[in-house]
Parts: sequence; C-alpha cells; structure tokens
Amino acid sequence: MFVHLQGSWNPIYGRLSLHEIPFKTQIIQGAFFFVVLTALAVLTAITYYKKWRYLWEEWLTSLDHKKIGVMYIVLGLVMLFRGFIDAVMIRSQQVMAIGPHSAGYLGALHGYLPPYHFDQIYSSHGTIMILFAITPILTGLMAIMVPLQIGARDLAFPYLNALTFYLTAAGAALVMVSLFVGDFSHAGWVGLIPLTELPYSPDVGTDYWMWAVQLSGIGSTLSSVNLIATIIKMRAPGMGWNEVPIFTWTALSTSVIGVTAFPVLSAALFMLAADRYLGTHFFTASFGGDLMFYTDLFWIWGHPEVYFVVLPAFGIISEVIPTFSEKALFGYTSMAVAALAIAGLSWMVWLHHFFTMGAGPGVNLFYGAATMLVGVPTGVKAFNWALTLYRGRLRFDAPMLWCLGAYALLLIGGLSGIMLAMPAVDYSVHNSAFLIAHFHSFMLLITFAAIAGYQFWFPKVFGFYLDDGAGRKAFWFFSAGTLAVFGSLYALGFMGMTRRLDYIPFVQWRPPLIAAEVGIFFYCVASYYLVRQLYVGLRDRKTRPAGADPWATTRSLEWLTWSPVPAYNYPVLPVVHGRDEWAWRREHEYVDRVPDHYFDIVMPKNTSVPLLLGALSFGLGFGLVWRIWWLCAVTIAGILLVVIIRSFDNHTEHTLSAALVAKLDGGEGGLPDAPGSVNPYPSPMPVPFFAKTGAVSRCADRVASTLREGVVAPGPLGKGARR
Amino acid sequence: MSGQEAIREQGLWDRKDVHHDKIGTHTLGFWLYMLSDSMVYAALFGASVVLGHRMNAAGGPMGATVLHPLSAYWETLLLLASGLAYGLALQGLKRGRKALVLAWMTVAFLLGAGFAALSVHTLLALIARGITPERSGYLSADLALIVYHALHIGLGLVWFLVMMVQVAVFGFHPNVVYRLLNLKLFWFFQSFVWVLVFSFTYLRGVLI
Repeated sequence: MFVHLQGSWNPIYGRLSLHEIPFKTQIIQGAFFFVVLTALAVLTAITYYKKWRYLWEEWLTSLDHKKIGVMYIVLGLVMLFRGFIDAVMIRSQQVMAIGPHSAGYLGALHGYLPPYHFDQIYSSHGTIMILFAITPILTGLMAIMVPLQIGARDLAFPYLNALTFYLTAAGAALVMVSLFVGDFSHAGWVGLIPLTELPYSPDVGTDYWMWAVQLSGIGSTLSSVNLIATIIKMRAPGMGWNEVPIFTWTALSTSVIGVTAFPVLSAALFMLAADRYLGTHFFTASFGGDLMFYTDLFWIWGHPEVYFVVLPAFGIISEVIPTFSEKALFGYTSMAVAALAIAGLSWMVWLHHFFTMGAGPGVNLFYGAATMLVGVPTGVKAFNWALTLYRGRLRFDAPMLWCLGAYALLLIGGLSGIMLAMPAVDYSVHNSAFLIAHFHSFMLLITFAAIAGYQFWFPKVFGFYLDDGAGRKAFWFFSAGTLAVFGSLYALGFMGMTRRLDYIPFVQWRPPLIAAEVGIFFYCVASYYLVRQLYVGLRDRKTRPAGADPWATTRSLEWLTWSPVPAYNYPVLPVVHGRDEWAWRREHEYVDRVPDHYFDIVMPKNTSVPLLLGALSFGLGFGLVWRIWWLCAVTIAGILLVVIIRSFDNHTEHTLSAALVAKLDGGEGGLPDAPGSVNPYPSPMPVPFFAKTGAVSRCADRVASTLREGVVAPGPLGKGARR
Repeated sequence: MSGQEAIREQGLWDRKDVHHDKIGTHTLGFWLYMLSDSMVYAALFGASVVLGHRMNAAGGPMGATVLHPLSAYWETLLLLASGLAYGLALQGLKRGRKALVLAWMTVAFLLGAGFAALSVHTLLALIARGITPERSGYLSADLALIVYHALHIGLGLVWFLVMMVQVAVFGFHPNVVYRLLNLKLFWFFQSFVWVLVFSFTYLRGVLI
C-alpha cells in the first residue's frame, strides 16, 4: 500500500538516522548553537526565577483568550525573527555571488550557500513569514480584541481557541525541527508542482513543509470557526450589526475567508500526501495526473490567504486613524461592506497567480478584470481613511505613524498590483523582483499595521505604556529600511532580475542589492528600537500606568473596561447604545466603569488537554515525515483517546460569585474609581515575570493563589485614569 | 432608539444576567465546521471531475468496470435508514426518554456499521481485482472521495458509541444534548454527501 522508497528504512526509526543531522554544514551548526544557547538561557532563567509553575498555570494551560492571543503573538515574533534571518541570507548570497564562477565560501560553489540549501532558505522564508509569523500575530490580535470589542467574556469556544494555538505551534515546531533534523522543502513556499512529487523530491523536506502547513492550516480553519461563532453569538446586549466595531467586521470577513479557503489547502495537501505516501496520481506528471490542478487548488487557497492577512490589517488601521484624528471613522457602512466585498472577491481572482501558464486569453481577461475589481473596495477603504484624516485633530503618536506608513504602502503595493493585474504586463514581469516587491509592499503593509495594533492595544492589555519616542524612531528606521529594500527590488524587477536566484548573472544588479543590504541594516536598527520601546515601557511601568482609556480619544467598546483587562473582561456585560460605545459614553459623561450591580460569572477552568493534543499532533507530523508508522499509530490513537476522555469531563467551568467580582472590581466595598488609585489585586498576567519585583510580585502571587480555581486574573491598575 | 431612551430602559450595564445560549452556539460552530469540511469535499469532487477523463485513466479501467451502482444502492438504503433511525432517536430526546434514545441509536449504529462493512467490502473487492488508486489519476480521484467519506462514517460510528455511553451515564446533560444535536447534523450531512457521491462517482461512472 505504501510507496516504495529507495534508501534505508527500519520499523523503529523509519527513515531517521544520524546521517540526517547536518553536522557538517557550518551555517546550520551556527544556527544550531544559537538556538540551543537561547533555549538554554530561557530555560535557565525560568528555573532560576522559579517560574515553571507560573508559566504552566498562568499561560500554558490557560484558556483566557488574552493570554492565548499573547502566546500567538510571541510565537509569531519568534518565527518572524527566523524568517528575517532567511531573508537576510537570500539577499546577501546574491550580493556575494556574481556569476556562477565567483568565489565560494564555506564550501559553497559561489557565494556561501550551496544551491540546494539556498532553495530551502527561500522556501522556508515564504512559508514561515506567511503562515507562522504574520498569520499567528494577526490571529493573536483578533483573539484578544474581538471578544473585548463586542463585550464578551471570551471567545465562543475557549478550549478550541487554545487547541488552534497549539496546532499552529506544532506546525511551527515542525519547521524549526526541520532545520536540524533532515532538511526543509526546496520547492518554494507554494510547493511548485511536480517538484514536490516523490521522484523529484525523495527527501523529507517536502514532507516537513507539507505537514507543518497542514497543521497550521487546520488550526487557522478552526480559529476562523471560533471567531465567526463568537461574533454572531456573543455580542453584548444592544450591539446590532450596525454597532459592531470595524476591526471586528474585518475579523468576521477574514474568518469567512479562513473557514472557506483553508480547507481547500488541506484538501490539496491531503492529495499531495496521498501521492507521496500511497503512490496515487493526483498531481503526478504521468498516469493521468494533472499538474495544473494542484496549482489551481493551491491558489484557490493562496489568494484568499492574502486577504485573510490583509483584512485584519485594514481593521487595525480603521481603529487607529479615528482615535488619533479625534473623529469618528468616515463611512462606517461602506467600510464594513468593503471588507465583505474584498472577502467575496478574493475567491474569483486566483488565476492571476499563473497568467503565463497558458489558460488562454479569455480566461486571463476574466481574471485580470476581476483582479482590478478588488481595487474598488480597497479604494473605498483608502478614501475613507483619507476623509477620516481630513480636518481631524491629528496626533502623531507612534501607532498613528505606523498606520500612515501602512497607508503609503497600500498605495504603492496597490498601484503595482493593478499593473500586475493586466495579463499583458504580467507576461513581462511575472516571477521578477518587481512581483516580489509588489507583494512585499502588502506584506509590509500588514507588518506596519500589526505593529501599530500592538502599540495601540498594548496599554489596554498590559496596563502600561510602551515608550513612544523609541516607537517613533523604530518607525522611521523601519520605513527607511522598507524604502531601501523594496525600492531596490522594484528597480531590479525592471532591470530584469527574476526571483529565487542563487547567483546573479549581471554585475549591474549589484548596486541595488547593496542598497537592499543597507535597508536590512536599517531594519536591524528599527528592531533595536522596538525592543528598547518594550524595555523602557517595562522599566517605567510603575510611573507610567495606562488608564482604561490610554489614548484619551479612543472610541470602541474595548476601552470601557480596565487596563489591564481582568480575566472576565467585563464585571457586568455593558449595554451598547451606539456605534462607538466608549466615545458615546464619554460624550454623555457616563464614564463610570464601576457597575452598580454584579452577577455570578461562569469561567472556563484551565486545562492542559489542548497542549497535550498539540504535542500529539507534533508527534504525528514527525512520525509522518520520517515514516515512523508506529509513532503515527500511537499518536492518532492518543488524539482520539484524549478527545474522548475530555468529552466525559462535565466540570470544565467554575463560577465566580457576584460578591467576589464586586470585590475584585472595586465596587461595593472595593476601591473607589479614582484616577491613579492603587489596585490591591494586580493581575498576575500583565507584567512579565522577569520584570516583576518584590511587593507587586508577592501581592500578585498571594491573590493568584487564593483565587486559583481555574485562574482569575482580576483587577485594574490605575483604574479609569485618563491621560 | 435614541441614547437617552436606551439609558432609561436598559441602563449602562446588563440587568438581565445574559447567558449566551450554549447549545445554539455549539450548533452554529458545528455548522461552520461542516462548511469547512464541505470545502474539502468540494475539492475532492473537483478532483473527480478534473481527473474524470479517459486520458486520466491512463489506459486503465474506468466507469462501470470499476464501480457498479447496484452495490452502492444497498449502501444508500442502509445509510439513509440509519439517518432515519437517528432521527427517531432524537424524538426520544424530545420526550426525554433515555431508553428510546438508546434503542434507536443502537439501530442507527448497526445500520451505519452495515454501510461501513459494505464500503470496506467494495474497496477490498476492487483491490483484489487489481483496481487500486496507484493505477491512474482517475482511480485516485474516485477512490479518494469514497475513502474520505468512509473515514467520516468510521469516525461517526465512534462518535455514536461515545454518545450512547454518555447518554447512559449522564442522561440529558446540556453537554450531551448539544453533542447529540451535532451528531445529527454530522450524520445527515454524511448521508447528503453520500447522495452526491452516489450520483457523481457511481451513476456518472456508468455513463463515461
């Protein structure tokens, strides 16, 4: 039944053997030592500060959507770092290798990377950046903010939320393991067919790519299910569809894409897996397989995926710009409709990814026109932002700057996208650096917006400000880096440079590539300032606590509750009266955050089951990659068993009594709502453990231990203080 | 409703102690999951259309030599009858009668198991005749659809067993109720997909 593979295989280790660990490649050695030393440092720090218990109880087993969201974002940042290193390696190889016979270093023929290694690097760069960096960061932001924006206690399925996180993490872990055990796919992040088929890629690299993407894809599908159910079912009383905040609208549109597009990817990868493991002929070059069928299926997912990541970015921009323009968003309804329209159009443009593959002029014409149609709702958004800015009282805090940067990139990327939408133009620039620069404009737009969202909502989630000055410096350096790198790539595209080159044939291409290296240096400076921004924020968190409304001109519902947000989000669910509920309450001077009555609150208990399922999925993926059949059988049985056993647990929730909520929340015998008042119940969550000192830490531990039936992270810091 | 009126009527904070409808939320979530699963089915149906031409058979068997509608006809009867039996079991849920639910679930399970047995038998018979997915793209696509459906049936049968135990142990706990309702969606959905599989692969197979 299973295909015959050449090479060694034994029933216990499968295809795994010591030869598969690339001891001899110096670059991988370096990466290996870096990863091991970093991991050791982290583990030592956790042990030294005795934080294992804290980590386990407050984070790893938590079902709190805010904590899971933060873990999503941390995972995304770690993978973003890896993807960035990959990018640096790609461009520095090209700067070094001019012509096939230029000098080679570290055992490479030219440059310092052998072609096979280079191919793995661009494949992992794409896979990681899209699926394991940007997607988790945005999913994390949505998981944190959507329940807060609609006035819910949590997502509809908190347990599923943790599970989808661990599935994504399992996929990311597979990608990381591929660095040191075996190799990664060399067939591009899109899985160029038939290169991914067994005869052309007999190694495990493609399997690693396939199963990592599969796991994270299933995670994304299910997290989309969770978000849609949340937005439809869990809105606060009074919140009709006309009152839903705009970021939630984009989250809904994105989730509609997620729930419809990701399964197609799953199906494509299942068929590819059948080809590679069972010897079927879906996409093979012989026996009646169809190569283009894979390409179609992949892009039927792949193009909606682009909008899956760009829509939340649009949502963030639509939240930040009104806040720092001190105006309501212009054209709310058209914004919501545009988001849904982009989601709908995302389904009818996939063929523009392979205009040159001979579909014929009629088909190309249709898809070219459909692609240009996307410019319409996107233009609606761009104009609405412009009209929101128009005659606003603009403040250029760091999040606003990042949003304006994203706005500029939208124009650049959008206009070059309209150019590429014309099949005639596409024939001359397809697969060139121009295309690379185009879609990186969009990826960078998303990055700018994600950073804006992080800086905008950080005070809400953690209760203290990030350093604004460092944030602005980071913005300017990041923008300079983007200009230098992708300006160069646009130029290189016009000079005829194609993508995925392990050496450049013309010396004229070198100066723009050197300019790109300078841009990379600017990116490094920007990263320094981003870290510094966080460091300064942590250092001064006592002196600069953020009130519940840290920007003073915020509008939507999430700014109504305390900063940092208590575990139950809202002591009593707020009644929504207008589109921008918090702005409405502020205008009518209903700014009291302490309700006059309380109810019992039912919260999900902590559980380690999602973590266990994630670990089993990782084991399954690893077993499949190396064809260790007993491991696959054991993990599949384990997953089934764990799911069934968990379904017999009817005590997955616990109740906080109304009296306890009242006490935690500062009403009825608690603290008065005075600006700057000290909160006796600081949440164990908001301040990372390494930043905790003496009193706060002890107090937090005491409260946490008295409340740990599940975990309650109560109470605000600097209640209701407005700047 | 203007703001001031709203304040008078509802106040700023919820007074009704809103509890979100747990069963309804789970049902909606399950519908959404089925939407995603139907996309996988759609891709597989797409495969059987795209790979459904003579050249995709690569000179190998296709059409009526592979699958015969008559055997699938009996499978159809079993699966639809199983769906009917489960519908009757849910009548028991409506009336709150545990024994009735368990009895009809047993019938539904046995009918479903009969379907699974016939499916496995069909596949084994094909393999015995040397008609395997490795032979051609045409066979890969056709058999993938049938196997993917059979996997759902298999998981559904496990789900039946678990739910029968849970009904017996917990009675009609809300958790049990929403799972019974979701199982209904799942089981009817598989019947529905089977009707499509029957039409697409078996009946259409005879024509080409």
